[in-house]
Amino acid sequence: MTVAFYIAAAVSIVATFMVITRVNAIHALLYFVVSLLAAALILLLLGAPFAAAMEVIIYAGAIMVLFVFVVMILSAGPREALQERQWLRVSTWIGPAILTAVLLGELLYVMAGATGALTTPAQVTPAQVGASLLGPYLLGVELVSMLLLVGLIGAFHLAYRLGKGEASEEAGGKR
Amino acid sequence: MPDLVWLIPVLPLAGFLTLALLGGRLKAGVVAAVGCGSVGLSMAAVLMLLAGFIHAPPPTFSYSRTLWTWFAAGGLAPGIGFYLDGLSLVMVMVITVVGFLIHLYSVRFMEGDEGYARFFAYMNLFVGAMLILVLADNLLLLYLGWEGVGLCSYLLIGFWYREAANTRAAIKAFVVTRIGDTALVIGLFLLASGLGTLQIQEIALRVGRLWAPGSLAASAAAALLLGGAVGKSAQLPLQTWLPDAMAGPTPVSALIHAATMVTAGVYLIARMHPLFMHAPDVLLVVALIGSLTLLVAGASALVQKDIKRVLAYSTMSQVGYMFLALGVGAWSAAIFHFVTHAFFKALLFLSAGVVIQALDNEHDIFRMGGLKKTLPIAFWTFLIGAASLSALPFVTAGFYSKELILRAAWLSARGGAWLWIAGVAGAFLTSIYSFRVVFVAFLGPDRTIARKTPVSMTLPLVVLALFSIGAGLLPAIFGGLTRLALPAGPAVPVGIEVQAIAALIPVLGIAAAALLYRGRPAYAAALARRPLVAALHGFLLSGWGFDRLYQALVVGPFLRLARINRGDFIDLPFRALAWTCGLGSKMLVATQSGKVRWYVMGIALGGAVFIAMVVFL
Amino acid sequence: MISQVPFEHGMIFAGVLFFLGLAGVLARRDAVFILLSLEIMLNAAGLAFVVAGARFAAPDGQVMFLFVLGVAAAEVSLGLALVLWLYHWQRNVDIDNARSLRG
Repeated sequence: MTVAFYIAAAVSIVATFMVITRVNAIHALLYFVVSLLAAALILLLLGAPFAAAMEVIIYAGAIMVLFVFVVMILSAGPREALQERQWLRVSTWIGPAILTAVLLGELLYVMAGATGALTTPAQVTPAQVGASLLGPYLLGVELVSMLLLVGLIGAFHLAYRLGKGEASEEAGGKR
Repeated sequence: MPDLVWLIPVLPLAGFLTLALLGGRLKAGVVAAVGCGSVGLSMAAVLMLLAGFIHAPPPTFSYSRTLWTWFAAGGLAPGIGFYLDGLSLVMVMVITVVGFLIHLYSVRFMEGDEGYARFFAYMNLFVGAMLILVLADNLLLLYLGWEGVGLCSYLLIGFWYREAANTRAAIKAFVVTRIGDTALVIGLFLLASGLGTLQIQEIALRVGRLWAPGSLAASAAAALLLGGAVGKSAQLPLQTWLPDAMAGPTPVSALIHAATMVTAGVYLIARMHPLFMHAPDVLLVVALIGSLTLLVAGASALVQKDIKRVLAYSTMSQVGYMFLALGVGAWSAAIFHFVTHAFFKALLFLSAGVVIQALDNEHDIFRMGGLKKTLPIAFWTFLIGAASLSALPFVTAGFYSKELILRAAWLSARGGAWLWIAGVAGAFLTSIYSFRVVFVAFLGPDRTIARKTPVSMTLPLVVLALFSIGAGLLPAIFGGLTRLALPAGPAVPVGIEVQAIAALIPVLGIAAAALLYRGRPAYAAALARRPLVAALHGFLLSGWGFDRLYQALVVGPFLRLARINRGDFIDLPFRALAWTCGLGSKMLVATQSGKVRWYVMGIALGGAVFIAMVVFL
Repeated sequence: MISQVPFEHGMIFAGVLFFLGLAGVLARRDAVFILLSLEIMLNAAGLAFVVAGARFAAPDGQVMFLFVLGVAAAEVSLGLALVLWLYHWQRNVDIDNARSLRG
């Protein structure tokens, strides 16, 4: 069943490539969702069902929806699309392309000495993950929950200021 | 008694400090009191020392006092030391007495000037520096005084600095004398390295031991010292600054450019006579320079219109006489002429100052006239001064000093007759130009309205006039004082015919001047209109064209070179360094563009480099 | 059902995704797209963790993946709020305008 891995991997990579080259924001988002679903499949194939579930539920389900809402607010219409096309010229891509090629080359070089090790044939069940979370990684769980709380408060604060600023017309150049 | 020696220069310097620091806040009367008082006290100290010398001469006929060691490096340890022997005693006497009289005169002359305190401060500094120069027991301290008087000359010539012409004259004076000063310093280097000391008395001893007479080392050192003397004393070829220096106030011209500073060169050569006697060729050059200068300057003085410029050229000419005397070995005669010249030249300048001030700053003698009636004291004192300058026989001090010089010139071994002829021709010119001023400015039709002169200005005139006549009696005392300090001059008697000619020439000159300017002025005017004479007139008026010559030879090319090097190519490496730093800075600033994507790229690039380093190295 | 792939291939896959995300961050000017590319990078990092965990049959990989997810969630909410601020300030989301920190 290893071929399934390679097909899913190919889909994911192609979809990601489409994400970064689209002009329309919604299109990019949708391609990313496809990429995420392919990644979730890979996770399943590698024996990590919990991770696959989390990927779909949280990443594709919550974060991407958030993105969709924001893009709707920013109303990416035809004018913006034209502007994006202007920004996306070949000259813009040369630098990043070369840099990523270099980095990829280094990665391949490092991975070249194949140890021949394979991923495990057994599943790592959610129960094992849960036991690990509540055991050795308890502190990490607490920290992430605090981080989420901070994110929540920060986002609320920023949005509140934004709303107040618009209402009183005093925002101006406040950064 | 020796303790008084160091007070002599210190008192005027203390006066300078007081006036420099507090002058702005003191009242005019206090300023004048401090300014005159410091020089007056110094004069008192000198007179006490003179009395001591005459009544109870010290064993070595000199007082020596070292205050402290200046520095000690490389085998040289010059100190701040003063040495008072007959020669320096004569010099300080003249400097303090004439200086005091001129300070007294300036109290009323400079009254009301906004720089009153500044004036007296500079004058005190000058007197202090000149006294240091004369009393120094080593050449380095002498050079300190030398530079000090040069500085004060610059400051005082450009005293009325708001006029651009005055500052230009001051800069010209400073630059030209600087050329001489550089020669002097190199001479000091030669002496220090060749003889191992800069103490003057030591040099006198070692020159005989270490350097053969006529040797290259002695001649080179003597020639360089001569270069310095030529610059400071306004002799050929560095004489161009003196006529322009008349831009300063009249007391300045009297003190610095007549009585004292321009004679610093004469003092230097007289003091260093052991060295110069070891370089007889250089001595000949001294005599030649002196005789040439006295002729050139005398001729130029003949046609000047500005009364102060006449006196400036006259100073140049008289210092030429002193150089001539030094060159033929009549050391005492040169110093004696310096003494008489200080008296009558200061007198001439001060009475000219009275005239200028009374006529509301009028300098042109052809616009003066009939001042005999309106300014009698100024007239009589100027007349006495002019007579002394022309060496009127027997009654004036100038006659005796010039007599000594001409006699010595006649007796000189090399070129004796020619030098005597030059001296006599110079005396003829001197009497013409000095009495020209008398006849044109003082006698003749009354063309002006003049104001009264205060007593504090006329008193110094009278005193100096008395000195100009009476100083002829000095040789007796004088010879006694300098007997041990300077080698004796030629003692062979000179034929009476020679002396008679020399004595009568001034009278002939006065007669010629009377003819041209009093008897038949129309004839003189007609003569001046002939084209050849007019050209000669212009040539002499410009001081024999030296200014134009130097402008073409030295100043012009120098300015052109400076303009070519406007970009200053020597500065190039330093500017390149600064430019490189700026470039580096600009490059680094570019990395702080504030753009998020730029920074991300920076991180990614850094990451790539680090991974490469870890993986490949 | 479980595929057994060479460990290196898994890592290379995660790496490729990561570098694609990096290229996106560098090349796009629109703030939303930059955030999106950032998400790609985070996702790829998490994938790398899981692959490593699968190699050793340890739950640690998935635990880390969960943490990465948590961080991504917090970051994206704040990031999008900032993007909204940017839009409010200058009416477009060109990130190159926000360079008052320039040296």
